[in-house]
Amino acid sequence: MLTDIWTVFWRDWIVLKRRLSRYILSRMISPMLYLVAFGWGLGRSIQTGQGSYLDFIVPGIVALNSMTISFNAVGTPLNMSRVYHKTLEEYLIAPISAAAFVLGKIFSGMLRGLISSAVLIIMAYAFGAKFSLNAWFMAILLLNCGIFAALAVVAAMSLDSHEDMGNFNTYVLLPMSFLCATFFTPKQLPELARWLIEILPLTHASQALRSSAAGAGVAPVSLAVMALYFIAFVAVGIWQVKRVRD
Amino acid sequence: MITIHGLVKQFADRTAIDHLDLRIDKGETFGLLGPNGAGKTTTIRILTMLTKATAGQINIAGFDLPADEQQIKAIIGVVPQFFNLDSDLTARENLDLHGRLHHIPSDERNRRITELLQYVELSDREHDRVNTFSGGMKRRLMIARALLHRPQVLFLDEPTVGLDPQVRRRLWDLIRRLNEEGLTVLLTTHYIEEAESLCKRVAILDKGRLIALNSPAALCQGLGEFVVEWSDGEATNSRFFSDRAAAAQFAATLTATTTIRLSNLEDVFVELTGRKVVG
Repeated sequence: MLTDIWTVFWRDWIVLKRRLSRYILSRMISPMLYLVAFGWGLGRSIQTGQGSYLDFIVPGIVALNSMTISFNAVGTPLNMSRVYHKTLEEYLIAPISAAAFVLGKIFSGMLRGLISSAVLIIMAYAFGAKFSLNAWFMAILLLNCGIFAALAVVAAMSLDSHEDMGNFNTYVLLPMSFLCATFFTPKQLPELARWLIEILPLTHASQALRSSAAGAGVAPVSLAVMALYFIAFVAVGIWQVKRVRD
Repeated sequence: MITIHGLVKQFADRTAIDHLDLRIDKGETFGLLGPNGAGKTTTIRILTMLTKATAGQINIAGFDLPADEQQIKAIIGVVPQFFNLDSDLTARENLDLHGRLHHIPSDERNRRITELLQYVELSDREHDRVNTFSGGMKRRLMIARALLHRPQVLFLDEPTVGLDPQVRRRLWDLIRRLNEEGLTVLLTTHYIEEAESLCKRVAILDKGRLIALNSPAALCQGLGEFVVEWSDGEATNSRFFSDRAAAAQFAATLTATTTIRLSNLEDVFVELTGRKVVG
């Protein structure tokens, strides 16, 4: 099982290794835009109680960036390999379990999410943001990457075209990246909207990253909600890979 | 080696395979023929566990499907119709991935990859990405990949479709060589001459049903070894005879230009399925 997880991960790693420097370079663009637009531009005129707006949004940007990258690192290639290239069949006819395949893919998505987050964190420091990188922060970051890499497996296994994957991004990821406590706290929102936003995983990721970055630990409820999402997505993903042959 | 009994595959509104029974012997090269949509690919997909059967029993090398799935996966090699090589990887990496997925230890894996790249004459391109390969090269690499873990049965789904005649013949030689080494080969094909030249026995499927099963020669004999062909201006007609004298006698009664020739598998095919096969 562990060997098989490693094999699935290994394939993605050698592909990434070949373009690692280009990958890192391209990962610098969108964080830079966020930091400039929201940190420098808008942020100067926004009051957040304590600390600067930049310090407030950096954990939010880390959350949304790790979500997008982990999702897209797994989702699009897996969807293409199932629907267009049929390379998924090479794994399906191999004597490995569906769980090994799903976990290998999730780990490879997490790796890309982490590399991209590292780039972002270095840049945020360069922009003058102040936050603490501690074990809680890292654990939440890892879990967030895992949740969305697993969600990507679910989406890639259930949507039947590249266009639908794009729509999933537009209807699910894009709204979350703006609404889930990334750029503002949902406390100010009307009750129903707040309630809706608070059941989404990214809200908990943003809040947990923010409180741990401030050195205040993590709310157990956030940890529990995130762990539940992760387990649910992994389970559904494995079930879908098993069922793909029907 | 392969026993199929009462196999049924039902898709939402159509029956792709309708109570198929087949037995393929060890060391045999067996061909599945049939017009488009006859159920050839579906049969292979079920045997290679890419699709689940609706009903029926399948046994491969003593293992039952679906109970012994993992054991069967380890002893079959599959070359699908579709080019499904990983285009982000080189030729060698594609084989490496396959070897890892089949748990071949690293020393043996590397040795076997080098050996197989030589066997399919791709050694000089081993470090090139496969998206730079021609169709024939991709097909040979896919065969090498299917052989890497030393399978006992090789499934080839339309192995030579879309290839140049020269490349096709090279692949035939390769398949023959594999068979001489004791491998059981099950292939589907559209090309009648391919089945004729490679297969010991062929099964002709039509609309999911088995309509003929024998050696190519016996199928031709069953129809009549000689065929008289003539055109009536609209279509080509043919009639089969068991000896040349009878064929010549019949031809003499016709006013159109006639041809007398030996019957071939294509005649059997057209006679049985009533349609000309189109690639």
